[in-house]
Amino acid sequence: MSLNIMVGGEAGQGVQSVGFLLARAFARGGYHVFADQDYESRVRGGHNFYRVRAEANEVGAIRETVDILIALNEESIRLHEDEVAADGVIIFDAGASKSVHEEERFFPLPLEKLSEESGGGKLMVNTVALGASLGVIGYDPGIIETVVHTHFGGGEVAGENARAVRAGYKYAQENSAGRLNRRLAPLESERRMLLNGNEAIALGAIAAGCTFMAAYPMTPASSIMEYLAGKADECGMVVVQPEDEISAIHMVIGAAFAGARAMTATSGGGFCLMVEGLGLAGMTETPIVVVEGQRAGPAIGLPTRTEQSDLGFVIHAAHGEFPRAVLAPASIEDAFWLTVKAFNLAEAFQVPVILLTDQHLASSYGTVRAFDLSKVTIDRGLLHADSPESNGYRRHRFTLSGVSARAFPLQSRALVITDSDEHDEEGHLTEDADTRTAMMLKRLRKIEGLRDRIGPPRIYGSDGAQTTLVGWGSTYGALKEAVDILQKEGEGVNLLHFSQLWPFPADAVFDLLRDSKRIFVVENNATGQLAQLIRMETGIQATGSILKFDGRPMTAAWIVEGLKEKSSG
Amino acid sequence: MVELAAYAGLKSAWCPGCGNFGILAALNRALVSLGIGPRSVLMVSGIGQAGKTPHYTRGNVFNSLHGRALPVAIGAKIANPGLVVIAMGGDGDGYGEGLNHFLNAVRRNHDITYLVHNNQVYGLTKGQASPTSDAGFVTKTTPHGADIPLSPLALALAADATFVARGFAGDIDHLSDLIAQGIRHKGFALIDILQPCVSFNHRNTYAWYRERVYKLSETDYDGRIKLAAFAKAQEWGDRIPIGVLFKGERPTYEERLPALKIGPLVSRKLSAGNAQKLLTEFM
Repeated sequence: MSLNIMVGGEAGQGVQSVGFLLARAFARGGYHVFADQDYESRVRGGHNFYRVRAEANEVGAIRETVDILIALNEESIRLHEDEVAADGVIIFDAGASKSVHEEERFFPLPLEKLSEESGGGKLMVNTVALGASLGVIGYDPGIIETVVHTHFGGGEVAGENARAVRAGYKYAQENSAGRLNRRLAPLESERRMLLNGNEAIALGAIAAGCTFMAAYPMTPASSIMEYLAGKADECGMVVVQPEDEISAIHMVIGAAFAGARAMTATSGGGFCLMVEGLGLAGMTETPIVVVEGQRAGPAIGLPTRTEQSDLGFVIHAAHGEFPRAVLAPASIEDAFWLTVKAFNLAEAFQVPVILLTDQHLASSYGTVRAFDLSKVTIDRGLLHADSPESNGYRRHRFTLSGVSARAFPLQSRALVITDSDEHDEEGHLTEDADTRTAMMLKRLRKIEGLRDRIGPPRIYGSDGAQTTLVGWGSTYGALKEAVDILQKEGEGVNLLHFSQLWPFPADAVFDLLRDSKRIFVVENNATGQLAQLIRMETGIQATGSILKFDGRPMTAAWIVEGLKEKSSG
Repeated sequence: MVELAAYAGLKSAWCPGCGNFGILAALNRALVSLGIGPRSVLMVSGIGQAGKTPHYTRGNVFNSLHGRALPVAIGAKIANPGLVVIAMGGDGDGYGEGLNHFLNAVRRNHDITYLVHNNQVYGLTKGQASPTSDAGFVTKTTPHGADIPLSPLALALAADATFVARGFAGDIDHLSDLIAQGIRHKGFALIDILQPCVSFNHRNTYAWYRERVYKLSETDYDGRIKLAAFAKAQEWGDRIPIGVLFKGERPTYEERLPALKIGPLVSRKLSAGNAQKLLTEFM
């Protein structure tokens, strides 16, 4: 059983709330849900849409073909009617539309009139339409009412909205006969969480014991900060919004130096400003976590849209050479667990760790099993054991692993000293050539330990396939579905997918790819950055790249099409 | 009882006669006078000759990047408010590269003390003009003379500072007392310190300052009136006031954080349990 609903309208018409309520309603009914938002960089006007896909089986991507289009304005019909399936339904306000829509798919409703009758004036047109869409498929009205009540927090507003939903539902039940012959009944299943990638990261940070965050608002990262700021008092956490990203990353470094688990979150443009701080964390061996939610660049680019174009940037950002880790969550669930891992790697190796996501993962909602918190481990790395003899504490002591015990100011007898200049074991600045060489080697030795903790890429599909698709980060759901489609069509295709990218697991990748006959790297960028990285690290040249850089997320159908073009060309 | 010997640090790389020696001596004396031991102190510095100061005394040290002393100091103070956090750097560091951090740190009133070694010139890079160089100051990078200097004291007041003072590296007793007052002050304390640079600033020398500086404490000046302080901050030329220009009261940033009421962040026992209740809100 499967359904794909799209809600379209201007910013300010309530597209987002209808989309979210639909996602919630299907999640509550036991469906797997994936929902994404397409919006412009404006507060009012323009064109926005929200897609909600409900499936009986697991789902991790959007789908193009729409079963029900809720068109809150005429423009939404014009822009999206071609995406609606032949047996689909287009819900729109009969009074507001000036065009003639005679085709069977079009289902005119007196949305405005029903909204007024429900007591909310014209404000609840979107809620009436929500009710209508669920009426068309005969969805359980009890679930919808619960979701609406929870969302509007009870009271008068919740009551009016519930009435509006009922009015739309009833009208659709009585008048939609013959359209979209599909009924969605609730499924028996465990209760799942419905959340987006940024919320998963925020929850991961709280579970990992992060107590300090400083960040400067920037789409698509802001909602991490907003969520944490809202929960900070309850969780005993401090969230600071400083004057700029430069300040944010340096505050995080200061807090981590003093002993807190600390993070920041930004997008590519903000990360540009943070880069000198990244080098400072590397030099002073201060563990920090930086979320970089990519959007289409360069410069301001497409501020509300997705891209995977900062991989090369984050791997190489900052001058000089120092160890770091880069993790790129493949899914909402992955975003939670890799956030926990980011904090552990940062503290175990005293390095900056970058969590590389993108707008698509950040703002897409999906259903996941509730995170099992008993599986969360907190590894604070090597800590200084205090003793009366600890006058000899050396923050940057030479060790075989390259990791020196951390002490925190005023938490032991030790004085903790570090410097952005090259420094000696104690942390004082020095220009001595031998010390410099030894200290560089000590820091760089940490790379080997880090590499051992980097998980290999995921493999999906059959062994020894003719064609291997390769991808990274948020495209996992779409790629997996593409492999399913191609296998069903009889193609020998499998998938190699990365969510832990640096230090690059070169040996494992070489072993996995050396016998592959045809390798196509699928990325949301224009220059094939992962393909370049694979060649740099393993010497293996991919057969080709399938690239998308229009700011829009991938779908399985787009990938299948792209592969077919490559194969025939 | 803390002795001055507790603050003996490494041998400095400063030029003989550098104003930094006076500032270092005054800082050490201030800490001793307050009975604060090196273990309780975190010194965060920027880059420039002033940025090296923490290495020449004793304490916990974070020598940060150029212009980035304050944000590191702020993060550390929030993580552990029990630390006596002293940020320091030069005029280029604090009023050029780090000006945005300076104004916003003042505005938010973090409970830290900020010492600016203001020699009106770039020393480490050998003699270029700084944001506080006197108008017309000719250097290799400003052959037609420097622009009008900015007034850090007036800027701090405009950002609603709660402690604004100016000291002179050539008067260690007076400066040491100012630093002690700054450390005792609850909130952000700016101490701008006139510091002769014997190598690159042959205009604002010890003798030049000695002819001009006078102590506000020896006049009937009242340091509680902001508008008077603003007027006093404009005074520069034949007579230069030193001392506390303004002292006010406002809750500190750290005091206003509910999360710190249950203790410093550094002492938290970390566990995933905090998230359990939150998970159910998504179901």
